[in-house]
Amino acid sequence: MQEAGETKAGGLKAVLTDQLRNIAPVFTLMVLVIFFSAASPSFFTADNFMNILSQVSITAIIAVGLTFVILTAEIDLSVAAIANAVGITLAYFTLQPEYVNIANLPLNGVIAIVLTLATAVVFGLVTAFGVTWIGIPSFIMTLAMMQIANGVSALLVRGQIAYNYPDLITTLGTESVFGIRWTIIVAVLFLAAGHFVLKYTRYGRYIYMTGGNREAAEYSGVNVKFIIGSVLVIGAVCSGVAGMLAVAYFGSAQQNQFDTYLLDAIAAVVVGGTSLFGGRGGIGNTIVGLLVLGVLNNGLDHIQIDSFLKILIRGLILLSALIINVYAQRLREKG
Amino acid sequence: MSAQAQGGGDVPPLLELSAVSKSFGGVAAIKDVDFRLFEGEIHGLIGENGAGKSTSMKVIAGVHSDYDGVMRVGGRQVRFRNARDALDAGIGMVHQELSTVPDLSVAENVFLGQQPLTRFGTVDWRRINREARRLIASLGLDIDPTTTMGALPVGIQQLVELSRVLFSGARIIILDEPTSALSPPEVKRLFDVLRKIRADGRGIVFISHFLDDVLEISDSVTVFRNGRTVASGPATGLSKDEMISSMIGRGSIGMHMGESAELASDDSKPVVMEAEAIGDGKMLRDVSLKLRAGEITGVYGFMGCGQIEFARAAFGKIPLQQGRILVDGEEISFRSTADAKSRGIAFVPENRSMMLFRSEPIYKNVSIAILERIHRLLLKPDAERSITKTHIDDLQIKTQGADMELGSLSGGNQQKVALAKWLTHLPKVLILSEPTRGMDVGAKEDVIRIIKKLRDQGVAILVLSSEPETILTLADRVTVLRKGVVAKEFSSGVLHKADLLSAA
Ligand SMILES: Nc1ncnc2c1ncn2[C@@H]1O[C@H](COP(=O)(O)OP(=O)(O)OP(=O)(O)O)[C@@H](O)[C@H]1O
Ligand SMILES: [Mg+2]
Repeated sequence: MQEAGETKAGGLKAVLTDQLRNIAPVFTLMVLVIFFSAASPSFFTADNFMNILSQVSITAIIAVGLTFVILTAEIDLSVAAIANAVGITLAYFTLQPEYVNIANLPLNGVIAIVLTLATAVVFGLVTAFGVTWIGIPSFIMTLAMMQIANGVSALLVRGQIAYNYPDLITTLGTESVFGIRWTIIVAVLFLAAGHFVLKYTRYGRYIYMTGGNREAAEYSGVNVKFIIGSVLVIGAVCSGVAGMLAVAYFGSAQQNQFDTYLLDAIAAVVVGGTSLFGGRGGIGNTIVGLLVLGVLNNGLDHIQIDSFLKILIRGLILLSALIINVYAQRLREKG
Repeated sequence: MSAQAQGGGDVPPLLELSAVSKSFGGVAAIKDVDFRLFEGEIHGLIGENGAGKSTSMKVIAGVHSDYDGVMRVGGRQVRFRNARDALDAGIGMVHQELSTVPDLSVAENVFLGQQPLTRFGTVDWRRINREARRLIASLGLDIDPTTTMGALPVGIQQLVELSRVLFSGARIIILDEPTSALSPPEVKRLFDVLRKIRADGRGIVFISHFLDDVLEISDSVTVFRNGRTVASGPATGLSKDEMISSMIGRGSIGMHMGESAELASDDSKPVVMEAEAIGDGKMLRDVSLKLRAGEITGVYGFMGCGQIEFARAAFGKIPLQQGRILVDGEEISFRSTADAKSRGIAFVPENRSMMLFRSEPIYKNVSIAILERIHRLLLKPDAERSITKTHIDDLQIKTQGADMELGSLSGGNQQKVALAKWLTHLPKVLILSEPTRGMDVGAKEDVIRIIKKLRDQGVAILVLSSEPETILTLADRVTVLRKGVVAKEFSSGVLHKADLLSAA
């Protein structure tokens, strides 16, 4: 640590170049907060802050897994579909009210949760198998998995809506402790665990190095297939947990209810500054990205604005983040 | 010999650097460099690793634009803002690191950034492919110009990249270690082409650590030491010893890389790893080899003889299509490089960028191969740093510290880091592909000393190289490969360079 600062980069310009991907998102966040605070008196309040946190908490859990995946220079487009399928699977294993017309398989709560988590793992393993053993690019493989997960959801609910979940999940999804929603606490735990694994463990280092230069990692004796396969499983498990909490949080489980989460999760990771080319960034970046997204979505609700325009604005923010992301990468490679 | 070479007189130099300095983050890489290149001249540029050769040439080629000092081209003062400017001014450079585009075809690489167009303004593919075939053929390459670049061996890619610059029409051509991946016949063909081009009144800068090559091809030679120009003059009458002593700034070091060697194989040493008639289905067929503890086995052969594939198969990077590999007498089929590593096998590939992480600090580059030995679960960066520091001292890696980004090291020093990776805990088998490529005389000597020390500590070492000197200096026994099969084996007596060349 001690030598890091001055000797390493030297010169302000070099530091800025090096840190562009970290500075830009924080700057964006500050601008947004200042803007919305000025534009609306109801924005900058403790209540609204908790609101924002709770609004991003489900996305946050998905984004943790996605950060792992993107750090290895892979992508997972199936996260939202898997969250949906896993949420529905949980409902499938729970006794539903009479009027819900689903042929399901009610089980004891704990067993239901365990089985449901196992489903998420299976999704992840299938993706991992396709990407590492068969060699399908993750972009294509997870596109297929997205379709498969959607298919599983469709088959399980058949257009119906389910309402009941095991008690533990209902509590975590809907209740608070000391005034803080459990979903926020779970999200914080996931973020903290993700950060810890990435920064302080050997496995985390392998993830960064694999993303930085896959061939070099392989020539250094890193089991690259294992690393990539395992981050895809982690991605699926995070999505699965998010899916379980979300159906409780929403109060219902049905098809297509996670559609916005794919873009949100990818946006959070990328807006935060984690490199799409792998090897740079981390959970810290993702947290900033989540806050940018949360503040933006929430803030736009506080000011008078055409709700259709909101969609466009989000798209533009994502585009500028992508530009900075790619540009930061270029600067590094030149330097 | 070119007339104008050190003429001065009325003809302004084609290119002139006066007191050019460039520093990175406050640390000077070159200081007050003077350099003159004349028309019709091949100018050899030599110096130890990190002496500043690449940096000064990158200034000329517009890669570094923030430097102090003055550059003149044809007598006119210029300052390039980027590589494009330099290209437009007629300056072409082949960088030390391969900069071909792996996903493009050979022909597209040859014409990168300057594709001929048809009358309709579309890319003239017929012409590109036809011309590319003709151009690369003059370097002795007989390959389909539509082949994807990435599928070719490094040496061939190097030749394609050379042809891009050589035939671009550039008046000033800078070649930064162009021959490091080439076999002797290819070097000879390159030299023929260089001589031909020189006749057209161009100027060529030739950087190399192969001093014999420099003497053979250059009209004049400039020597850099510690970022400064220390000598410059005509090549005629210059001796290798003089070059070395001015490079290192003291009397010549004792050792010379051998022209011949006395082999010292010992069949009583235990076989640690054995390849039995292995093949990869493409470049390699029926190759058998035994690696013994405490012995260095050399594999010699021209580029494309299969040595690259052999090394990869032995490290579990490419799967075997035939034959088997035994480690300590037990048949093993590697599913991954991690498998091979856990069996105590270590590998340094010939192309350093393949095993280095450019934008990570040096210490992470060194520790990646030994993390499981340093840490149970949690990382201990300080332990990684201190291990790295000992390697930096032992291998005399020129850097300001273990936290420096790897990409800031000179080419030869990066190569040392690649080796350092495997030296913390001794591997059982160490496979080295072109271990001294890109290293200056001093560094070569260091590395040779280190490799021999490892052998004496009982490591079974496999050295694969297309440089006869490397093989002769290191090997206790030698296998020569030709076109993917074993052409000849030498295990005792005196081995001459000529024996190797004629067997390959
Ligand atoms: N981008 C950079 N950032 C920081 N330092 C650098 C950078 N590029 C080069 N240097 C430093 O400048 C010095 C000269 O490096 P250079 O690459 O010019 O050496 P070289 O003579 O080409 O050596 P080699 O024979 O090993 O290729 C070295 O000490 C190197 O560490
Ligand atoms: Mg160099």
